[in-house]
Amino acid sequence: MSEASVIHDIGYQRYDGPRLGRRAVLGAIYAHGLRAAFGFGRSAKSKIFPWLVFGITILVGVILAAVRAYAGVIPLNYVQYADAMSWLVILFVAVVAPELVSRDMRSGVLPLYFSRPLRAADYLGAKWVALVTAVWLLLGVPQFVMFLGAAFTTKTGMSGVWDELGDLLPAWGYTLIWAVVFASISLLIASLTGKRAFAAGGIVAVFLVTTPIFGVLMSLPSRTAQELAGLASPMMLISGVGTWLFKAGNTGLPVGRFGPVYAIEVVTLVAACLLLLLARYRKVASL
Amino acid sequence: MSGHPGRLATRPGATPGERGRSDGEPAPGPTPRPAKPERDLRDLRVFSGFHLIPCVTGVSRLVAVSLIATEALTKTYGGRVTALSDLTVDVEPGVIGLVGANGAGKSTFIKIMLGLLAPTSGQVRVFGIDPTVEPDKVRLRVGYMPEHDCLPPDVSAAEFVTHLGRISGLPRAAARERASEALRHVGLYEERYRQIGGYSTGMKQRVKLAQALVHDPDLLLLDEPTNGLDPAGRDAMLALIHRIGTEFGISVVVCSHLLGEVERICDSLIAIEGGRLLRAARISAMTEASDVLAVEVAEGVDELATALGKLDMKVSRDGRLLLVELTADDAYDRILQAVADLDLPLHRLDLRRHRVAELFTPREMADV
Repeated sequence: MSEASVIHDIGYQRYDGPRLGRRAVLGAIYAHGLRAAFGFGRSAKSKIFPWLVFGITILVGVILAAVRAYAGVIPLNYVQYADAMSWLVILFVAVVAPELVSRDMRSGVLPLYFSRPLRAADYLGAKWVALVTAVWLLLGVPQFVMFLGAAFTTKTGMSGVWDELGDLLPAWGYTLIWAVVFASISLLIASLTGKRAFAAGGIVAVFLVTTPIFGVLMSLPSRTAQELAGLASPMMLISGVGTWLFKAGNTGLPVGRFGPVYAIEVVTLVAACLLLLLARYRKVASL
Repeated sequence: MSGHPGRLATRPGATPGERGRSDGEPAPGPTPRPAKPERDLRDLRVFSGFHLIPCVTGVSRLVAVSLIATEALTKTYGGRVTALSDLTVDVEPGVIGLVGANGAGKSTFIKIMLGLLAPTSGQVRVFGIDPTVEPDKVRLRVGYMPEHDCLPPDVSAAEFVTHLGRISGLPRAAARERASEALRHVGLYEERYRQIGGYSTGMKQRVKLAQALVHDPDLLLLDEPTNGLDPAGRDAMLALIHRIGTEFGISVVVCSHLLGEVERICDSLIAIEGGRLLRAARISAMTEASDVLAVEVAEGVDELATALGKLDMKVSRDGRLLLVELTADDAYDRILQAVADLDLPLHRLDLRRHRVAELFTPREMADV
């Protein structure tokens, strides 16, 4: 024992203060998760990647806003911007999702959580919402930057700002779909392993592997096959929902009359991921 | 603690050598427990399960009936592996040792008490609450220190313990304050702002203990708290646990596979083997009537034995030693008198406290 670890007698005080309920505990895990997603409270090293990705998405947003302000053309609208950033989102969740769940598994912290008044569903719910928020911020903040650029340079006054807002709000909704789908899939994959590198590789692999399937289906001569091709890849799935829900978004993916099918698959996919996550943590929590 | 030094000191005619025995414990070991009737009552009030029990004398007194009570508790995994079998115990508040070999079912018992595992059959109550039905109520009042590594390497101890305090429902400021307090109580000061990854095993064990203390529980469940510690670290950890159990007024269940280690600090002991209850009792009950005086004389052992036998003393021989059961306070004087009468050269007159381990010796031998 080093000298510093000598036990000193300073008296113990019992705690009579308030004990907060479930909501506060969920809030604490949520805040902790959101901070962790951007590397706050962690070493400088773990801040590099999230902020690099975030920096790039904001930079792209600033450039788009600038191009629009000076050249008057719109290279990408808000919805197309989200689609264009898809690879960055994949990289982001591949790093952040393991940071949120694999890390706890790896270090064996879970028994400490689950020996407290906390259920697996609470833990997962808070982590999931934290990741959804992180991904949404990743795209939503640059979209807001684009909106600011457009709003300050609009030539039609207040009505132009309102029009622009009318474009932004649905796009934020679209971004939320992105965030929900990506958070669900990546958390599920990350929860399967305590090794962060494996988890990150697995997440990228899932999104990568599905893209060629989409490509093959798109190249089929049948129009129906092309319209259903997006179902094979999570990214295209979201685009399909975007096409159906936000006509003005112009995602460029033909879905024909299958829009609702896309929406149903999104809902099913997210629900399945969350249920599997829960099943996984039922097992982990009782360890 | 090797026994009741208070009793030793008041015994007339105790030889210096005898006192020396009781001091044989390592210096950092727990100090003798002072009489603390007032404090006891105040501390015990935190436990539910109180009943007014009329004593034989007609005076009512507060008794915490049970901290942990189980009845025919059984847990089997997959119907084949039996972790706990028909375990029935009733434990009063205090420092409780849960002793058994690896795989005896200690950890399973703890997890059932936390409501992490459901028992296959039988009943369990902690503070009178059923953890299988209301795990949150139990967990609010329990601190758990797992056996295995459970610390993330890349955060500071202060931040980690604060976070877990908040998970236990403490408001942000209170969590931060109590985290520093808890870390200070376990002996971590400036180090608490360093990342846990750089800590020694001893420091990590302290952080694990601090996180169990942060929300001021009424009961601590410590699974092998001395795992991986060097002898000095073990003593410090045991002393700390003893302090928590006595001064802090928090009941503690200490799991260990080392009987000799926990018997020093425990009020009561539960020994399990292969999931079965071997013995559960208060330490005082276990060592009661087991005090023996060892008498060694250079010659005339048989004569002395006969003489003592005539004095109605229970005498047995152990090699060159005579073991005399200590039944009356004047036993010392009478033995000395007998030795003097026979004019024998006395080498040694020792109080030999039976260690709790001896109560288990036959079984432990059988186990090997």
